[in-house]
Amino acid sequence: MADIVFWFVAFITVFSAGMVVTSKSLLYSAYSLLFTFLGVTGLYIFLWADFLAVVQVVVYIGGILVLIIFGIMLTNKITSVNISHTSMQKGVGAVVAIGFIASLGYMAISSPWLQAANTEPAETTASIGRLLLMDYLLPFEVASLLLLGALIGATTLSRKDEDG
Amino acid sequence: MDNLSNYVLISAILFSLGLFGVITRRNGVAVLMGVELILNSANVNFLAFARFGGMNMSGHVYALFVIVLAAAEAAVALAIIINIFNNFRTINVDDVSELKQ
Repeated sequence: MADIVFWFVAFITVFSAGMVVTSKSLLYSAYSLLFTFLGVTGLYIFLWADFLAVVQVVVYIGGILVLIIFGIMLTNKITSVNISHTSMQKGVGAVVAIGFIASLGYMAISSPWLQAANTEPAETTASIGRLLLMDYLLPFEVASLLLLGALIGATTLSRKDEDG
Repeated sequence: MDNLSNYVLISAILFSLGLFGVITRRNGVAVLMGVELILNSANVNFLAFARFGGMNMSGHVYALFVIVLAAAEAAVALAIIINIFNNFRTINVDDVSELKQ
């Protein structure tokens, strides 16, 4: 049963990711991205990363996807629902993508991965918090500075010039 | 589902599709979507190797940092795209090759 669910989630992820990069309509791409993020969230749950799954939903779907849809709406006429966007150099892109899928997929399947025997952890959130505030305190602070910088930068970039 | 290679395979497919999007799309927002796919594939890899490498929680912390970077990157990229749209009235990345109008 769990196997069926896993392959269903994997299929949703890969299929909607394909829709994201091949759909003719930009809005359909954005909505396909929603299902890709949901599928990846499902994969996180299969990987016992419950905290990361919640963060994925909150940040990616609640934040980044809404931001992307805002970007689509702000850079097009809001009334035109049919926002088409074309692709170019599909041949080159297909060759590169198929090459990557073939080589990385061959690597993934044929490699003799060493898998440590492990059991499902009782909690992940407490360990993540402990690591963030002890082992990874400096990267954590740098990340907060980066977010502040991104916030100020995005506001500065997107506001209207007062002096022309 | 209890096999590392499945997750690595899915992540490889996601990465390749994201790369395909970045190469072929002309719309700036669509290029951004390709980048998001690539970042997600990296995250799946981080968590998969954490799960099958003895449930090492450092992988989760790294995945958290990737999500932070993705959020910052999306905000700044969309600010730039909206700026480009205000200046050029288009967000086709091929038409925006001039540094000065």
